[in-house]
Amino acid sequence: MTEIPLGPGGMSADVEDVELYHPHSWITKYVFAQDAKVIAIQYSLVALGVGLIALVLSWLMRLQLGFPGVFEFIDADRYYQLITMHGMMMVVYVLTALFLGGFGNYLIPLMVGARDMVFPYVNMLSFWVYFLAVLILVASFFAPGGPTGAGWTLYPPQAILAGTPGQEWGIVLMLVSLIVFIIGFTMGGLNYVVTVLQGRARGMTLMRMPLTVWGIFTASVMALLAFPALFVGAVMMLFDKLLGTSFFMPTLYSMGEQLKYGGGSPLLFQHLFWFFGHPEVYIVALPAFGIVSDLISVHARRNIFGYRMMVWAIIAIGALSFVVWAHHMYVSGMNPYFGFFFATTTLIIAIPTAIKVYNWVLTLWRGDIHLRTPMLFALAFIVTFVNGGLTGLFLGNVVVDVPLSDTMFVVAHFHMVMGVAPILVIFGAIYHWYPKVTGRLLDETLGKIHFWITFLGAYAIFFPMHYLGLMGVPRRYHEMLESTTYPASAHQLNIFITIAALIVGAAQFMFVFNLAWSLFRGREADGNPWGAASLEWQTPETPPPHGNWGPHVPVVYRWAYDYNVPGAARDFIPQNEPPPAVVAMQGHSP
Amino acid sequence: MFAAVMLVVVALGSVLFHFLSPWWWPPIASNWKYIDDTILITFWITGVVFVAVLLFMAYCVFRFRHRPGNVASYEPENRRLEWWLTVVTGVGVAAMLTPGLFVWDRFINVPAEATEAEIVGQQWQWSFRLPGPDGKLGTSSTKFITTENPIGLNPDDPNGKDDVVVQGAELHLPVGKPIKALLRSVDVLHNFYVPEFRAKMDLVPGMVTYFWLTPTRTGQFEILCAELCGVGHPMMRGQVVVEEAVAYQDWLDKQTRPVLADNDTAPANNKNEETR
Ligand code: HEM
Ligand SMILES: [Cu+2]
Repeated sequence: MTEIPLGPGGMSADVEDVELYHPHSWITKYVFAQDAKVIAIQYSLVALGVGLIALVLSWLMRLQLGFPGVFEFIDADRYYQLITMHGMMMVVYVLTALFLGGFGNYLIPLMVGARDMVFPYVNMLSFWVYFLAVLILVASFFAPGGPTGAGWTLYPPQAILAGTPGQEWGIVLMLVSLIVFIIGFTMGGLNYVVTVLQGRARGMTLMRMPLTVWGIFTASVMALLAFPALFVGAVMMLFDKLLGTSFFMPTLYSMGEQLKYGGGSPLLFQHLFWFFGHPEVYIVALPAFGIVSDLISVHARRNIFGYRMMVWAIIAIGALSFVVWAHHMYVSGMNPYFGFFFATTTLIIAIPTAIKVYNWVLTLWRGDIHLRTPMLFALAFIVTFVNGGLTGLFLGNVVVDVPLSDTMFVVAHFHMVMGVAPILVIFGAIYHWYPKVTGRLLDETLGKIHFWITFLGAYAIFFPMHYLGLMGVPRRYHEMLESTTYPASAHQLNIFITIAALIVGAAQFMFVFNLAWSLFRGREADGNPWGAASLEWQTPETPPPHGNWGPHVPVVYRWAYDYNVPGAARDFIPQNEPPPAVVAMQGHSP
Repeated sequence: MFAAVMLVVVALGSVLFHFLSPWWWPPIASNWKYIDDTILITFWITGVVFVAVLLFMAYCVFRFRHRPGNVASYEPENRRLEWWLTVVTGVGVAAMLTPGLFVWDRFINVPAEATEAEIVGQQWQWSFRLPGPDGKLGTSSTKFITTENPIGLNPDDPNGKDDVVVQGAELHLPVGKPIKALLRSVDVLHNFYVPEFRAKMDLVPGMVTYFWLTPTRTGQFEILCAELCGVGHPMMRGQVVVEEAVAYQDWLDKQTRPVLADNDTAPANNKNEETR
């Protein structure tokens, strides 16, 4: 296994290429690969695959909601299995894996000027353990009784009792898969954190790092602290299920009989789950924040506005997000006095979040905006994120949450803010970095069509959905059924949403086609097609080979946002371009 | 240009949808109008911010679009502007949070004159228990549940002897009288939710949760379960009938009479006796 010898002051800049472990066969190059860039692609492809499955599941759910009863195979059992698998897949196995395992692996070493992650072998294990977790998860579709239908929150006692689909095998496989996922993530996460802290090139101070790295780094630290809570919850629930312990199980009378449980607390699980679950939202959001900052800056040809404030906002959000978890539990029956505390912390988090939004839009101000596909996705991210962030102020403000909690308003809110918004960033990022990964550009026309359908379509799905929630339609209903509460026109709204969802879903296959087609037919790109200043665009070769930098690791002289610097020759200055004084000195040395 | 127009369309379209669409909350039937008011304040503040951000973006996208000769300005930070924005945001947040916390304080502090009513959830139906003439509910526990004692009244608690148990039928409430709802579940989580009341709360096995309200208009309202409780979740419905005091008393008497009669013939309570 290879290690980059490190020391204070960015010794890694002196690492010679020969010290890396180079693969000798196809298997070690592409399958059991240790190159972070290959691992990144493995992570991304698996996560995108899981994403497509989760997307198809959402079609089925929407078909049932729009046309209840028409699709007979989607009965209540099936519906609950669908939402559970869709939700868990999207949040954990797609977004977390894609942002950290995918973008983290590809971008961290390149952006901080390292040759690879600091522990390449552990990095390889991380991917394969993740892959195993995916296999276990998918296996539950084929298990007797099917996957669990407990909702992605897996709340006990329901998750392990009769009356919930998949309570025999599905829930066990789900818990085991999560445990395995967390093991895999921990290996990757340690790598990301240590590489950022120890593997930076000479001159790459923390306050010169691109915000993408800041976002992924902070998210990784958070994930390392948050996932253990889920780990513990999953282990205890497995014990309750398999060994008959009662961590989460009080005295129960279920389906006509007294159960052998007693003394446990269902609320304990909820606290553990959300101690993980809320930071998880930001684990997905912070990398998106970072990436979108870079996309906006590059394509608006302007420095990101208020860089230092942006960094502190990321850190503040990361820290605060550990003290807001119980805002998911305002009506859970926990001590009601918690409400004061958690509402206050939750609304305080709005302040650093708002600062980020201001700085994004102020970066546009007096910029030179190129509306290429990545930029369009970045702008659309701001729209959906602001929308979802603002509805978060409803749900965070404890008493306002009371009528809205557990309704479709919540479903609309979290899809906007942590479903659609991060996915838009992922698309933008793929359009942006694809030429670095493959040497070719994605097709711009297909990209624009994909963009407009996805953005407007997703908005049309989720914006009106808030109003279903205001009317009082609860979430996790496989059909609204007749009700005296809401008007019949609510059904028309559901049909509209379903049609929008089908169109948006179909557009994603266009994107997949673009990915495949452009690999062979896309316009060839040079190493830095957007004229970006950060290090990953300055590699001697594109796509960068194993080791990234050829004989010499770059030395960094400036931050990543020198665009349109007054007096500069070009409209950007790469991070590794020495200032004139240094050039003059180097000129004198032999 | 197209992008700028679309941003304006999204902003204004959302506002129009908000005001013109027929979809809005059902008319309120409880004292929690404060909650509606707080939501409205929040709608106004957040709505203004949303539209402002989108229009600003639209303006930038149009005005600073790439054209030959357009050069971006170089301005890494602007401390004054950043602090100013931070403070304004803080004020806006406080304007939403403060009324919210005041209303929450009312929401969790039950007025002393409230009468108790127990709501029990089980997969997938609602049961209710109202205090008898003594005005007190007897204690209860899941461990006492049998087929004859379906919601687990404590057979040894004298306060429970005269309690009225309503199973699989409507809950009646008198209009204008504060009610403290005590919530209990025997199996999994449930949530008692009547959209017109605005209030809701989970039913958690192993503990008693509560909320309170004063029904403010008569009528019949649907109870929905708002916490996933298994395959029957959407079917778990019930009815609340809010009526004038006289009609309520009538109903209560009808409920009470058979239990009292049983009490007269058998000194210990009918149902609970058998669970000893
Ligand atoms: C066009 C794309 C999508 C559509 C049409 C869609 C649709 C849905 C629907 C219909 C539900 C069930 C609502 C209910 O009955 O309660 C749902 C739940 C959910 N979705 Fe999505 N979704 C999409 C994308 C996403 C994405 C990108 C995420 C990533 C965060 C996501 C995360 C979730 C979660 C966490 C749940 C909750 C599951 C539960 O209640 O246990 N969805 N989605
Ligand atoms: Cu229920």
